[in-house]
Amino acid sequence: MKTIADIQAIRDKMKSQIVVRDKDTSDEIRVIVGMATCGISAGARPVFNTLMDEVANRQLKNVKVVRTGCLGMCTLEPIVEVLEPGKEKVTYCRVTPAKAKEIIDRHIVGGNICTQYLINNEE
Amino acid sequence: MRELSLNILDITENSLKAKATLVEIDVTVVGNLLTIVIKDNGCGMSKEFLAKVTDPYTTTRTTRSVGLGIPLIKMEAEMSGGSFEIQSTVGVGTTVTTTFAVDHIDRPPLGDVGETIMTLLTELNDTRIVFTYYANGQSFCFDTLELQQQLEGIPLDTPEILQFVKQLINENMNTINGGMLL
Repeated sequence: MKTIADIQAIRDKMKSQIVVRDKDTSDEIRVIVGMATCGISAGARPVFNTLMDEVANRQLKNVKVVRTGCLGMCTLEPIVEVLEPGKEKVTYCRVTPAKAKEIIDRHIVGGNICTQYLINNEE
Repeated sequence: MRELSLNILDITENSLKAKATLVEIDVTVVGNLLTIVIKDNGCGMSKEFLAKVTDPYTTTRTTRSVGLGIPLIKMEAEMSGGSFEIQSTVGVGTTVTTTFAVDHIDRPPLGDVGETIMTLLTELNDTRIVFTYYANGQSFCFDTLELQQQLEGIPLDTPEILQFVKQLINENMNTINGGMLL
């Protein structure tokens, strides 16, 4: 069974990479997930978990996945915002784990916005 | 909410918003009683606000005038043969205690607690979260302070660390449960 001491192996592996990352946060991409009651009940937690897994597995060092409160459009949750330095904010709505995976793959890694999931399509 | 662990996430968000520096989450199973206690040392609530906090039309959110977090967990507890209690003192903190009858047909499953705790650890700043699970006479405790001491300066919310935390909690809870699905 895992114990908290098992983290040491991961920690030592991370150490060298962390130094490099700390030098520069100006290129940090922030992926923000709405995590108020509305977001959580609509499925924001598995979306958050998928984003986190993708970032970890693909070793995306300049991407930070964070939570926020209610974004004011509860019926469109789960909502994911992507903030890239020097670019306009991109807002996705009704995100599922599958869509989250696609957003990482096509938008964060590939640089192409997944226009079919944009909040702009909703009226 | 589909899982009680989602309610835990939701209620603990309130504790973080109340600027708590310590949040204790206890999940205890004794006999047929499942108890969830979320205790924080945040800003607390006035008597007036506390009196109407289970009203869905009471909220601190600014985006709209409905707040369903507390009413939802209260409803879920009461419809599954349990109880709901909230205590709060300004400047001291808030404690939410809910109980559920384990075998009640309307009780939502406990769900993915590891994922809930993991989700709470991003941008936690100086807040300490202590999660304790007790069932079948055994207990497991996860303490962010203990983890941070092991990390030697590496941020808690590094994705690889978060993946580890989720597995750590779920593996230990599964072992304690011995195959029983809560």
